[in-house]
Amino acid sequence: MSNGALALLAATFLAAGVEAVEALTIVLAVGLTRGWRSALIGVAAAFAVLVVVVAALGPAVTAIPLSVLRLVVGALLLIFGLQWLRKAVLRGAGLKALHDETAIFAREAAAARETPPLDGSFDGYAFTVAFKGVFLEGLEVVFIVLTFGANQGNVRLAALGALAAVVIVVVVGVAARAPLARVPENTLKLVVGVLLTSYGMFWGVEGAGAHWPGGDVALLGLVAGTAVAVLAATAVLRRWATSATSAVAR
Amino acid sequence: MRQLRALGAFAYDFVVGDDWRMALGVVVTLALVALGAHHGFAAWWLAPLGVAVTLGTSLLRAARAHSRATDAAD
Repeated sequence: MSNGALALLAATFLAAGVEAVEALTIVLAVGLTRGWRSALIGVAAAFAVLVVVVAALGPAVTAIPLSVLRLVVGALLLIFGLQWLRKAVLRGAGLKALHDETAIFAREAAAARETPPLDGSFDGYAFTVAFKGVFLEGLEVVFIVLTFGANQGNVRLAALGALAAVVIVVVVGVAARAPLARVPENTLKLVVGVLLTSYGMFWGVEGAGAHWPGGDVALLGLVAGTAVAVLAATAVLRRWATSATSAVAR
Repeated sequence: MRQLRALGAFAYDFVVGDDWRMALGVVVTLALVALGAHHGFAAWWLAPLGVAVTLGTSLLRAARAHSRATDAAD
């Protein structure tokens, strides 16, 4: 397997894994408190809509000329990647609360308990919460799979990476019947952010008509350079946050 | 109309996210790369530079906002 294919698989697997953990927390909270039937219908409906989005956008994305595709996709991956990196760095530095699956599960479960049950066998609340949770978390993965996959000319491999992550998260989540709080979400977010940003830069520049020195090898430098830069930024901001907190305490 | 507006707000939030200046930074960076390449310059280095500036300033703004919020709470 080539380095590009490995990176494609890693990026979609990790991105889907992170989003699947977040969606699982919401579905578990609503399913365990209000019953599974309507929640699972919500999950199935969200998957169906996501499949329609892939079916509609997939052929359209792959039909775009490569230079335009690389420019647009490069820009989108850069924007997504920088968003992931921003969150990961701020959380790593202690400037933003870590994504706490246990707390989110407790909050969602409390909200589900407080909402009065509706008459009839279909629970609209459980359906809506589960649908929204899966659809919103899944949409970003769909975009990453389509854009990354189309640019590498291998949407199937990208989808396979994402699907594998979703299956693993669901199997582990169902077995545990609890949110997967021990998954190092922030570290995974950082890795995905580095990959999306590096590939976004690489393809964005190529799509804009410029060329990287060394061709494809430049990607390795971009991944390494981005990783070092964000780790350094996290360390600097963490030190700054600690010193600011101690100054306030004094 | 309300649904259309909601869809627009969702699309904006989905693509642009927490800090619209980052999306603008990406667009400006790639536009400069395209301009440089069009005029025959080796413009690839503008991308890492633009990304570093875009992310760096966004992180700095977030850190300052956090600091102001902490000060206000005290």
